Amino acid sequence: MGNQPDIAAGRLTDSDYAENFSDVHPPLDRKAALIEASRCYFCYDAPCIEACPTGIDIPSFIRKISTDNVRGAAQDILDENVMGGACARVCPTEVLCQEACVRNTQEHKPVQIGLLQRYATDAVMDDAAHPFQRAEPTGKRVAVVGAGPAGLSCAHRLAMHGHDVVVFEAKAKAGGLNEYGIAAYKVPEDFAHREVDFILEIGGIEIRNGQALGRDIALADLRRDYDAVFLGMGLGGVRALGLEGEDLGGVYNAVDFIADLRQSDNLASLPVGRKVVVIGGGNTAIDIAVQTKRLGAEDVTLVYRRGPEAMSATGHEQEFAQVNGVKIKHWAQPRQIRGAHDHVTDVVFEYTQLDDNGRLGGTGDAFSVPADMVFKAIGQEMLPLPQANGGSELLEMDGACIAVNDERQTSLPDVWAGGDCVAVSEDLTVAAVQDGKLAAESINRFLRS
Amino acid sequence: MADIRCDIAGVKSPNPFWLASAPPTDKEYNVVRAFKAGWGGVVWKTLGEDPPIVNVSSRYGAMTYNGTRMAGFNNIELITDRPLDVNLREIKQVKRDWPDRAMVVSLMVPCEEENWRNILKQVEETEADAVELNFGCPHGMSERGMGSAVGQVPEYIEMVTRWCKKHSRMPVFVKLTPNVTNVLGPARAAKAGGADAVSLINTINSIMSVDLDIMAPTPTVGGKGSHGGYCGPAVKPIAMHMVAEIARDPECAGLPISGIGGISDWRDAAEFMSLGAGSVQVCTAAMHKGFKIVEDMIDGLGYWMDGKGHATLEDFRGAAVPNVTDWQYLDINYETVAKIDQDLCIQCGLCHIACEDTSHQAIAAQKDNGSRRYEVIDAECVGCNLCMHVCPVEGCISMVEVDNGKDYMNWTQDPRNPMNQKAAE
Repeated sequence: MGNQPDIAAGRLTDSDYAENFSDVHPPLDRKAALIEASRCYFCYDAPCIEACPTGIDIPSFIRKISTDNVRGAAQDILDENVMGGACARVCPTEVLCQEACVRNTQEHKPVQIGLLQRYATDAVMDDAAHPFQRAEPTGKRVAVVGAGPAGLSCAHRLAMHGHDVVVFEAKAKAGGLNEYGIAAYKVPEDFAHREVDFILEIGGIEIRNGQALGRDIALADLRRDYDAVFLGMGLGGVRALGLEGEDLGGVYNAVDFIADLRQSDNLASLPVGRKVVVIGGGNTAIDIAVQTKRLGAEDVTLVYRRGPEAMSATGHEQEFAQVNGVKIKHWAQPRQIRGAHDHVTDVVFEYTQLDDNGRLGGTGDAFSVPADMVFKAIGQEMLPLPQANGGSELLEMDGACIAVNDERQTSLPDVWAGGDCVAVSEDLTVAAVQDGKLAAESINRFLRS
Repeated sequence: MADIRCDIAGVKSPNPFWLASAPPTDKEYNVVRAFKAGWGGVVWKTLGEDPPIVNVSSRYGAMTYNGTRMAGFNNIELITDRPLDVNLREIKQVKRDWPDRAMVVSLMVPCEEENWRNILKQVEETEADAVELNFGCPHGMSERGMGSAVGQVPEYIEMVTRWCKKHSRMPVFVKLTPNVTNVLGPARAAKAGGADAVSLINTINSIMSVDLDIMAPTPTVGGKGSHGGYCGPAVKPIAMHMVAEIARDPECAGLPISGIGGISDWRDAAEFMSLGAGSVQVCTAAMHKGFKIVEDMIDGLGYWMDGKGHATLEDFRGAAVPNVTDWQYLDINYETVAKIDQDLCIQCGLCHIACEDTSHQAIAAQKDNGSRRYEVIDAECVGCNLCMHVCPVEGCISMVEVDNGKDYMNWTQDPRNPMNQKAAE
């Protein structure tokens, strides 16, 4: 326990890094796509459409793939979801469209909708012509805060309707979690950046980087200077464990490490511990666990305080982590992070159980997991509210998030919001895209009324 | 296991599976491989007069359907392009080495008695079991007055068949073209000419596809294409209809049939035989998968016959022929309605949309809390079968007979038949 922490870069060979961070699900070639497309029954009132948060006409686009009408297929997808390419890669299809596929009933093997969607969208993104045209200019200007999936979806739809859009993005690059937060092997080859470029091809969208709400811009100013405002800044904060030892060296926020990894152009230069402990049960926890394993960590242990069914990471994701050699321990909560010489040495966990009333509690029994690195992945939260920095009127909140109606309109008549910062949204890229789309349609009606 | 030895027009083979006259039977090498694999017989690729014909490149077109390759197939190859004496020498050798297998030699020469007499004499010396007159090839040779150009004129068929019977002691099979409006004309002509059997169908005139980049039909030869002969699984229904028409024709009664057309497995073979075929000939399936497919044909047919209690091929040959009838004799009073097994239903909705859009609006779509239910409206269902065919789940939709208490009545007896009014009085 008293040994020096074993944290090192370059644990693997170059080819190992390349292999570990290449496409986790390689794309379908034409032949494979045609065979998979032929498995779709072209259902009437297809359940998969209902299961897609953006309502893509899935049987229609698959039929078009089967006839080599790939352009038509991509158009069907992008009309409903301009980030269909990202969603094809990162959507938990196993709990969305593919869970609804009628093929499950018969043979437990749904049509691979995600891979087919990727086949169609990849073909069009590589094409020179942008598949959308702008309406006649309206002269209206809309401010969008955040260039993540919600903001970009909203901006694209607004631009299509002829409005001019300025997107204010706190970070140096657009793309949001697709650029900074998703596991690298899900969106390799700079996909997030290419998709942003694709979206911007429509024209009429200006992105201003390094502009954070509350720091560089104020909501009141945006409302004054623009005809409408869309807030899609996501969750900037990371929840803390509130434990002794949390500030020791070697203890990180998972999202920060993933962002560094995503922005690194040399994975061999990223130091990673020999022994890694991940605390949390969501997709971020899975992503950090698998990525540290793939960076060469020897033992990666993911600890979650409840059982597998309570994890917000899907069963598919949990299995993926386990197949990658991550050890998942359920029913244990962190009690103390211990260290030596200001660096973590191990994490003490207490076993948990549900009491007769279904409340989670510790059993009193503890165990320790040695760690060179500890990653906190117990969720994100919204940063202190934007209205704290100027703005006389307050945004109504719903819990810790912004309250919106069905059209994603906030309590302020000229302000809409969507993505992770609103209460109604699931924390999925596809849900954020749908929020942005719904808000843009609502804003368009507002601006034209 | 059941005895599947075959005897058709005096030609015997250990099983009814023959390779049709085509590229797989063009030379000794292929035929010996086929016999080693277990094929019961071959019809040697059509011989013609020297000098041999010349072929083009490429020669085959294919239709892929829903990922299934060669669901339909066609060719623009002509008859053998090897010298006559080479073929005859090989035929003789193979027959000598494989005496138990059927060796039928396909022939095509110009429509002159002397030409036929000449070639028949030469074939006879090979000790082949029979000849098959190629009156079917629809491309190339037909432009030269042979193949289907003969097969489309019953008088020519009868004439040439008669010559062949006159100048040869060998059984004569006449291979018929499907490129006619009614196959009975050619079949009856063959019988009138003394044919020992008919083989059918030859290939169907076809253009497989158009290459939209070069705007030419496939297979493309130097930027142009020509119609070819269509075969493979897609033509099986057309072939079976023609076989059945001959089998149930009183004028053709007793005329043995060698069935050809999309036969790929033992079940296809059993269907052709139930419609009267004595032997079956295969080409596309072998060209697709190789000669080994005959193993499944042999034991598949045998096991099926065992299960049905058929000891020999004759036990079921033609058994379905009495049930092939004219539409006017079908029972107008027979009624069925579709029934959906809700436990098997996967809620794809295809039965509903097919019936709703294109038929009788007899399947209701109900939706309750996101769960779908498709229910047949018995009063609207005409028992057309469409829903059963579109349903992707085997056994989920069945057609159930309705006991309406009505007796058999066909259209000739039906008072609603306007042509029947007078007769009924």
